[in-house]
Amino acid sequence: MLSELFFGYYASAIVIFSLLVVTRSNPVHSVMWMLLLFFHIAGLYLFLNAEFVAAIQIIVYAGAILVLFLFILLFLNLREELKVKRFIGAWPAGLFVTTALLVIVLSVVRSFVPGPAGKYSIEFIKQETHTKALGKLLYTDYLFPFEIASLVLLVAIIGAIVLAKRKTRSK
Amino acid sequence: MVPLNWYLMLSAVVFMIGVFGFLTRRNIIIMFMSIELLLNAVNISLVAFSHYLQDMRGQILAVFIITVAAAEAAIGLAIIIALFRNKDTVHADEMSEMKG
Repeated sequence: MLSELFFGYYASAIVIFSLLVVTRSNPVHSVMWMLLLFFHIAGLYLFLNAEFVAAIQIIVYAGAILVLFLFILLFLNLREELKVKRFIGAWPAGLFVTTALLVIVLSVVRSFVPGPAGKYSIEFIKQETHTKALGKLLYTDYLFPFEIASLVLLVAIIGAIVLAKRKTRSK
Repeated sequence: MVPLNWYLMLSAVVFMIGVFGFLTRRNIIIMFMSIELLLNAVNISLVAFSHYLQDMRGQILAVFIITVAAAEAAIGLAIIIALFRNKDTVHADEMSEMKG
């Protein structure tokens, strides 16, 4: 009973906050609602016994990515931004497509049957500790994807610097 | 005990809200935030699968998705800076040079 109540609070908060993120006309407000949304998603991860992912969610998403978004918002002319329309003219078409997709996905989800359970039961993780179990798997079976992820980050660093660099005008 | 389907439904709803925002907002920065919403929706379902199937791989995939989201945000925001320098606008419907 208590866990259902807990999930209900987190689920309704997440849905409401994501609706607010998408519909606010002031982008700074959107970023602030998104911050709350990320904290609630991290709470949901804790509820699912994924404490490392919850910590990463707060550190990387709320700490790094949202701050990047706020920096970019400083470029905007907010006063002008508040005057123009926030949605494109054909937004009912977008709403129709999204609700149709949602109905399709929800009707499929109901017939989902989970497969056999793996070896990482709660007792096993309790004995091993969560971060240790995750790190062991990440640095043995998933070492190659891990290296590829580091390469992706390197490309992102170089690409961001090259793209955002001010071009020197030659006269 | 909360059934797994509830998490999947929550994930689907958040995903569709993100799709709606991406399709209909004019501000390109909000469109990028909608993409972050999509990635978060997928992360919710991955972590829920990981817990209910008692398998760690879902959480590893979630960590990789967060990595890619960070890279995507850096590149995307750099593209927005370059666009803003050349066009002086962040509205997606005013960028029609390619006549696609």
